[in-house]
Amino acid sequence: MGEVDTFWQFSLHEVLPRLGEGMLLTVELTLASGVIGLTLGLLLALARLSNWPFLRWPVMIYVALFRGTPLLLQILFIYFALPPLVDIRLDAMPAGILALSLNAGAYLAEIFRAGIQSIDRGQMEAARALGMSHSLAMARVILPQAGRRMIPPVVNELASLAKDTSLVSVVALSEMLYVTQRLGAKYLRPWEVYGWAALGYLLIVLSLSTLASRLERRLAARGA
Amino acid sequence: MSSIQTGAELLRVEALTKKFGEALILRGIDLSIREREVVAVIGPSGSGKSTLLRCLNALETPTSGRILFRGQPAFGEATTGGFKSLPEREINRQRARIGMVFQRFNLFPHLTAIENVIAAPMWVRGLKRRDALAAGEQLLARVGLSDKANMYPAKLSGGQQQRVAIARALAMEPELMLFDEATSALDPELVGEVLAVMHDLARAGMTMVVVTHEMGFARQVANRIMFMDEGLILEEGPPEQIFNQPREQRTREFFGKVSK
Repeated sequence: MGEVDTFWQFSLHEVLPRLGEGMLLTVELTLASGVIGLTLGLLLALARLSNWPFLRWPVMIYVALFRGTPLLLQILFIYFALPPLVDIRLDAMPAGILALSLNAGAYLAEIFRAGIQSIDRGQMEAARALGMSHSLAMARVILPQAGRRMIPPVVNELASLAKDTSLVSVVALSEMLYVTQRLGAKYLRPWEVYGWAALGYLLIVLSLSTLASRLERRLAARGA
Repeated sequence: MSSIQTGAELLRVEALTKKFGEALILRGIDLSIREREVVAVIGPSGSGKSTLLRCLNALETPTSGRILFRGQPAFGEATTGGFKSLPEREINRQRARIGMVFQRFNLFPHLTAIENVIAAPMWVRGLKRRDALAAGEQLLARVGLSDKANMYPAKLSGGQQQRVAIARALAMEPELMLFDEATSALDPELVGEVLAVMHDLARAGMTMVVVTHEMGFARQVANRIMFMDEGLILEEGPPEQIFNQPREQRTREFFGKVSK
């Protein structure tokens, strides 16, 4: 480390390689909790809309719990408080994925529920009148229509998720923010270090929204 | 009035009631419909016409009473003062024998006209796409829409959408067709094309129950008119009798308000 390193020398040699590794982990965290969260959210939404109270009620409690407490607390709870309770020791990465997925699942469940409920009741009735079962109608008639409407709010939620992965730094997982903090402390050049990190998150979020608007355009090309 | 000979009894309803909360919408309906018969159900708004129709294919579960299809209990069993529905699977199977056309068409907007028509034959009956397409194209031709097969509903006029909806219902080869105010949501100039398709169906011998405000159609096409008021069938009979010599005061009042 030369003390007279210029901005670019310092960035290219010291910051970006390390930040790159952190970013990779951030993307992994986002993708893993995104996929699990989406699946969980859909299942929760379907349970929430079920006719059976014993499916509806637990979901309502779950959603209230995960939306009503800070994500940071949820991460800490799963990492520190869960092991003594259930005798499972999770590493930082799985603990982080678990917390982020459970949290995103709660928010996505509400998005899916609203999306499904936004579809005109006549669609389900027409499908049922043709002899389709409830689940077949849901899969082939309701969800494809709801899916299109839900793209913008779902992408919003995934963008939040990408940014929220930074909270997992609290359990010393070396994702992007954790790496940034270490670099900042080591070199005492916070401006460059945090600046690059900000660009890193921006890049992830922008890629997500670009992907989403492409998907939306492709679906819009197919009729209504 | 149609000159087609009616056949054996297809549908029978006994002492059917339907409550929504505390409101009694159907107060004890008895009716019988024979094969190839076209029955028009008329009456003021809120008289229970649509609810009756929706009970006939179990979109609404009756509160009590029973429904017989070809002499067999349909959708459930009458219990003392109630109605116990069959399992969903069995209801789905029985429903496929009854086609329904809705006031607001309810086409699937994410599917093209032909995909709307072949959806249920493929997904419910398990037909191969090729076979379903062949039958579906014939049905679209029958309602005069061969050239619109690959268009999405949003690109079709209301009348065209409703004709696709009729083709979609026919694709399941129903034994009975229910029409729930099929022309009420249409611009006046589009009503005729839909009524023409319904008229063709009647001539081809389809059994139909038609809830309608189109008195001209009811008079021309139906074998029998049922006048409903406040959850009861107040009177029924051949069109000429109901239209020309209604027995009930309520029926006469109703005709005084609508143009026959």
